[in-house]
Amino acid sequence: MSILIREGRIIDPSQGIDRIGNVFVEEGIIKSYPSSTRRLEQNTDVRVIDARGKIVSPGFVDMHVHLREPGYEHKETIRTGCEAAAAGGFTSIVCMPNTSPVNDNASVTEYILLKARTEGVVNVFPIGAITKAQGGETLAQIGEMYDAGCVGVSDDGMPVMNSKVMRHAMEYVKAFNIPVISHAEDKNLSGKGVINEGEASTLLGLEGIPCASEDVMVSRDIMVAELTGSRLHVCHVSTEGAVRLIRAAKARGVNVTAEVTPHHFTLTDKSVKGYDTNAKMNPPLRGELDRDAVIEGLKDGTIDAIATDHAPHSEDEKKAEFDLAPFGIVGLETALPLSLRLVHDGVLTVNEMIGKLTDEPSRILNLRKGTLKLGAEADVVVFDANKNVTVNREEFRSKARNTPFHGWEILGAVLYTIVNGKVVFSA
Amino acid sequence: MDSMTFNRKHILGLEELTTEEITLVLDTAESMKEITERDIKKVPTLRGITVCNLFYEPSTRTRSSFEIAEKRLSADVLNFTLSHSSVVKGENLLDTARNLEAMGASIIVIRHPISGAPWLLAKELDSSIINAGDGSHEHPSQALLDLYTIRKIKGGIGGLKVAIVGDILHSRVARSNIWGLIKLGAEVRVVGPPTLIPTYVENVGVRTYYNLDEAMQGVDVVIMLRIQLERQNSEYFPSLREYSRFYGLTRERLQLADKNVTVMHPGPINRGVELSSDIADHAGSVILDQVSNGIAVRMAMFVLVASAGRGN
Repeated sequence: MSILIREGRIIDPSQGIDRIGNVFVEEGIIKSYPSSTRRLEQNTDVRVIDARGKIVSPGFVDMHVHLREPGYEHKETIRTGCEAAAAGGFTSIVCMPNTSPVNDNASVTEYILLKARTEGVVNVFPIGAITKAQGGETLAQIGEMYDAGCVGVSDDGMPVMNSKVMRHAMEYVKAFNIPVISHAEDKNLSGKGVINEGEASTLLGLEGIPCASEDVMVSRDIMVAELTGSRLHVCHVSTEGAVRLIRAAKARGVNVTAEVTPHHFTLTDKSVKGYDTNAKMNPPLRGELDRDAVIEGLKDGTIDAIATDHAPHSEDEKKAEFDLAPFGIVGLETALPLSLRLVHDGVLTVNEMIGKLTDEPSRILNLRKGTLKLGAEADVVVFDANKNVTVNREEFRSKARNTPFHGWEILGAVLYTIVNGKVVFSA
Repeated sequence: MDSMTFNRKHILGLEELTTEEITLVLDTAESMKEITERDIKKVPTLRGITVCNLFYEPSTRTRSSFEIAEKRLSADVLNFTLSHSSVVKGENLLDTARNLEAMGASIIVIRHPISGAPWLLAKELDSSIINAGDGSHEHPSQALLDLYTIRKIKGGIGGLKVAIVGDILHSRVARSNIWGLIKLGAEVRVVGPPTLIPTYVENVGVRTYYNLDEAMQGVDVVIMLRIQLERQNSEYFPSLREYSRFYGLTRERLQLADKNVTVMHPGPINRGVELSSDIADHAGSVILDQVSNGIAVRMAMFVLVASAGRGN
């Protein structure tokens, strides 16, 4: 079946397009931008989507998702994670390797891709581990994983503490032109910390993770990137210091990119009050100064992409003593309205926001996604930037409910998500 | 005593209690104190009510004090003490607490090594929750009995200079006392090695000192915190000997304080570490008064929570 998306505001930063028009999708690709739609509308084989007053953009690309399969299917599966993605307007998601077993060899990569092809409704791109079992010591089968379909490597959550191992990883990936993705954290400095170190940690009697824990590692990784001339991508930037370091590195011409999560540009560590375990994530929610700095970084381009760090956990796991509850929150189904707050607040233009959700992450990982170019695989999202919604975690497609945004009234709703020319979600 | 103005189902910490509520607890403790001095030290206030003392840390002192308070108020008492390791390995906290509730407990007194654990119970259960110490966070009954003791000796708390000395970072006694003392108008100084002073603590209105001699100048009350022996030989400070040299209270240091200085300690004391032995036995020390006042203060907490429960 073909799809005609009629009279929407087409915004595609990859081509610099922002105009009212029609998009015609056929045989799974972006077929044309027809100026007249009368003939197509009369064709009963064409599904017509009325996009008047709505935005039509490339489907979103989330470069930081935890799908939990294999190993933690009680939290999320590839199927449910993909459904959550579709509901959030994401047509491509990039999944982190901290599954069980860890995605540190091609057989796990192949398993994930097979599952994604048979059960997933969106495109899935795996990230392989940097080191075996994310152990930080010996390199994982990076080349074989690349051949199997991995688009980058990361020991997400278990940062490579040994700088020499990091150096070798960054050198090695140059053979495949993929980035090393760094969850930048000095684990020794973080200790047993569970929230940001600051007034909140002091008052709550919880061990803090200082901002320096991130800053120290961002500096090291930038220096190793400089040493090796390799590509570094810094995950979920949360501190003022990290933004400053990345800005300076970019100005020097270092090949570094960065992402930020919606929760880090929306919330601060004040949200932990009352021991809400849905405000527990790593990196932790920081202070106001840091939140303002990551927003500034988004605005001036220091931070290239918005990524959710979608981290599903079961209700039982989160309903526990604060120290025992796992880090992380779900993000796929709230990312668009939270990002749109930046647009409604005048921080980003809607074009810039879409770029950070489509073209930028796609470029960082060489995905050839996040575009509406003629002939491209038809991954499209139609959304209403002004629709009032109340976040209701009970309606999530994700298996998990761990969000701090339940009950929030925000603007922005996904109406249609199209992957490879098929509608995989409609509101 | 006007207990109808207390509307709290739980007593979780002093951060959330108002000045009026704290004063009400102290005033109520005054009438409880009178009961504890009678020949027959028992009243029927909690008759037919089951109180469970759910302790995930060994604490003979606090648990016994709560238990005596409960028994003097005629409650049925259930003691449930779990080992440290059961926090991670055994049945989860919520399931355990729900079981106790199913057995009829309507007030749960909880001591737990993880900050915030009582908040989890307050959110998920129907019972009244009394925090008997959570991690490094709050220890409201200890602070209330400290405030009661200070008020009794000094006649009031407003305007007093109080030094809290030791491991502020990990101390729930310090956090609860800081809130209580500030709310009642005292000037609070926190003293300890920089590694054991939490960041941003000055934001709540206390002054930080790394030098005990300086901090002792003119103080009316010194609260010495217990140093956990496992903190030595860690990265916090090199040895107990060195800790004691810089932060131990000696007779010489006591001379720097107001001449009527009161020395307090939540116990148990490491003699020769936080306090030299002669100070622990010093006439100005009210450490044993603290212990007996603890019963009256805990009785007051139960009476107020139970009356608030009935009010609802």
